[in-house]
Amino acid sequence: MSEQQTRLNVFKTYKLYVGGKFPRSESGRVYEVSDSKGKWLANAPLSSRKDARDAVVAARKAFGGWAGATAYNRGQILYRVAEMLEGRRDQFVREVADAEGLSKSKAAVVVDAAIDRWVWYAGWTDKIAQVVGGANPVAGPYFNLSSPEPTGVVTVVAPQDSSFLGLVSVIAPVIATGNTAVVIASEKSPLPALSLGEVLATSDLPGGVVNILSGKAAEMGPHLAAHQDVNAIDLTGATEGDLARELEIAAADNLKRVLRPRSEDFNESPGTDRMTAFLETKTVWHPTGSLGASGSSY
Amino acid sequence: MASAFEYAPAPESRSVVDIAPSYGLFIDGEFVDAADGKVFKTVSPSSEEVLSEIAQAGSEDVDRAVKAARKAFEKWSALPGSERAKYLFRIARIIQERSRELAVLETLDNGKPIKETRDADLPLVAAHFFYYAGWADKLDHAGYGANPRPLGVAGQVIPWNFPLLMLAWKIAPALATGNTVVLKPAETTPLSALFFADICRQAGLPRGVVNILPGYGDTGAALVEHPDVNKVAFTGSTAVGKSIARSVAGTHKKVTLELGGKGANIVFDDAPIDQAVEGIVNGIFFNQGQVCCAGSRLLVQESVQDELLDSLKRRLNTLRLGDPLDKNTDIGAINSSEQLARITSLVERGEAEGAERWTASCEIPSAGYWFAPTLFTNVTQAHTVARDEIFGPVLSVLTFRTPDEAVAKANNSQYGLSAGIWTEKGSRILAVASKLRAGVVWANTFNKFDPTSPFGGYKESGFGREGGRHGLEAYLDV
Repeated sequence: MSEQQTRLNVFKTYKLYVGGKFPRSESGRVYEVSDSKGKWLANAPLSSRKDARDAVVAARKAFGGWAGATAYNRGQILYRVAEMLEGRRDQFVREVADAEGLSKSKAAVVVDAAIDRWVWYAGWTDKIAQVVGGANPVAGPYFNLSSPEPTGVVTVVAPQDSSFLGLVSVIAPVIATGNTAVVIASEKSPLPALSLGEVLATSDLPGGVVNILSGKAAEMGPHLAAHQDVNAIDLTGATEGDLARELEIAAADNLKRVLRPRSEDFNESPGTDRMTAFLETKTVWHPTGSLGASGSSY
Repeated sequence: MASAFEYAPAPESRSVVDIAPSYGLFIDGEFVDAADGKVFKTVSPSSEEVLSEIAQAGSEDVDRAVKAARKAFEKWSALPGSERAKYLFRIARIIQERSRELAVLETLDNGKPIKETRDADLPLVAAHFFYYAGWADKLDHAGYGANPRPLGVAGQVIPWNFPLLMLAWKIAPALATGNTVVLKPAETTPLSALFFADICRQAGLPRGVVNILPGYGDTGAALVEHPDVNKVAFTGSTAVGKSIARSVAGTHKKVTLELGGKGANIVFDDAPIDQAVEGIVNGIFFNQGQVCCAGSRLLVQESVQDELLDSLKRRLNTLRLGDPLDKNTDIGAINSSEQLARITSLVERGEAEGAERWTASCEIPSAGYWFAPTLFTNVTQAHTVARDEIFGPVLSVLTFRTPDEAVAKANNSQYGLSAGIWTEKGSRILAVASKLRAGVVWANTFNKFDPTSPFGGYKESGFGREGGRHGLEAYLDV
């Protein structure tokens, strides 16, 4: 902090974001978060498996409403996230600079890219169904339409290094299509993620659509990967040792959809892969019949 | 019960098909013996007659077949799409030409009625190849970016309920996209896949592009676990699907799984009862109920339950069970003694748990594996017959009062493959269809299939889609 400071500034207690609320870890545990030079930044909650389960309950509760919201409404809300972030741009520049050891100007580029990513996905909400769904010309008198639907509750192991742009790049595609998310933030740099919770809470995003946990992926991951009420898991940040493979094995118990870790440059324009990874295709058939004397026939 | 109209037997002739006393594995364009010389017998489930003796692939053979497929991949994937397309069109045409022979063969080996193999399986097999043939030179326009690349060698494991159709669902999109394949047919129904090998030869398909390895579960496991397989496609039980999902963890193998189901067929009080009854019968008794997307849970609105069940039982008593080669037969044989034992034990469990059993009155032939159409009433959601996939001609009937209750009960399952809705009210169809967690929803119809229409499940019914443009994704590096 600068030497001209005339008053003692107010620290922020970083808290989890679960079900639209900001709880501490039920375990009462915290861990020290430092910047790239090892200077103490804050004590972040060290979430427990109970916190993870609570987050799944919140995400499941929010799923029906969020999946059932109109795509236009979801787009409006994702755009609102971008607006709220823009207003708190300086805060995030500071947090990203601290978290990733970047200069203020480089951190600003990252934050701007993250804001723009929300805008990108905001525009996708009401377009993806037309791109990946459609009418199927079946050989018979049937109306036949395939539409994408959200998979459900998605556990997201957020990238470990790209604590904010990477984070936004993995959350936004999950919720754009109507899924709800339980996010394990970067273990080393969780603060931008925890602050993002504050932005989401003020963006008209219904509580529980995104739930953010700080702590150890290796501790919470196995419980979330094995959780029977989680439908999918994004392993992007499960880069530690054999963790991704272990989580994929646990995920097989209820056949979760699994997005494996891969090398990814979050500065590049994302494709649609991250959205389609967590979409199901539903195909509905109905006879078209013919207009006979009775008016219809099956 | 004496039938109002007696039918004279109308058997389809067996003479159109010539089954050899033994068959080898099909590797690199040749029929060969298994490395360890193992063989197994395939029997006709309607008569228990041994049809042929089949080479049984072991892990050494799997390795040989994967090597052949790998070798063939380079040239096959480099062929212009238009040339690959022409091979697939050739295959589609030869299937059409030989469709009666293949229908009879399939009926003999599987036990399903000739009416179904002739009118459903075989036309769909040919259509599937024809459909994906057309994609081979149009992949740039499929929505997966320019010049999407194939994955490499596909290891495919298929079930016994639609042997040749499941082969078509696997092989047609794989070849169209430039992959080569090693396919394991089910141990009880290997013959049509081996006849398909002959069709590949007639079509002049390059050696090694398609390899067929009959065998049991261990052969399938060796295939999906082979380190040089790039893509795993499996249709079968959810239990095996889960073990495959575990075995590919940590690899780069792309996986699609098409697994079990416990489809809800929902009948509202305004549904046209006669059509609904036909749909229910088709939903659960098509292919003796040995269908992953079968409508095995009937959810009927309480107010029409009695009327509907009276009609349904009347209809079930007219179904003709017997010789699958007879053109009048509605219900054929159960595929194997193992499957019959499984159905029998689940039905016994249903009775023991207190559900009320009703079975159609029909004569059961003395030889072969048979199970008469059966339904359970007084079924609760906790009953095993309401939860577990029986994979047989057994329908569990539950009731509901409101659309919300119907949706909640329909979705109360680990599975999510198919569902049916019967109502005259259009807005209710759309509202209910949008709330059902199932990959295929049939409204005022059931068990309809088409190569252009994506098929696959939600939840533990698996992931990935087969059919349509969506089906290409499973075989492309995208």
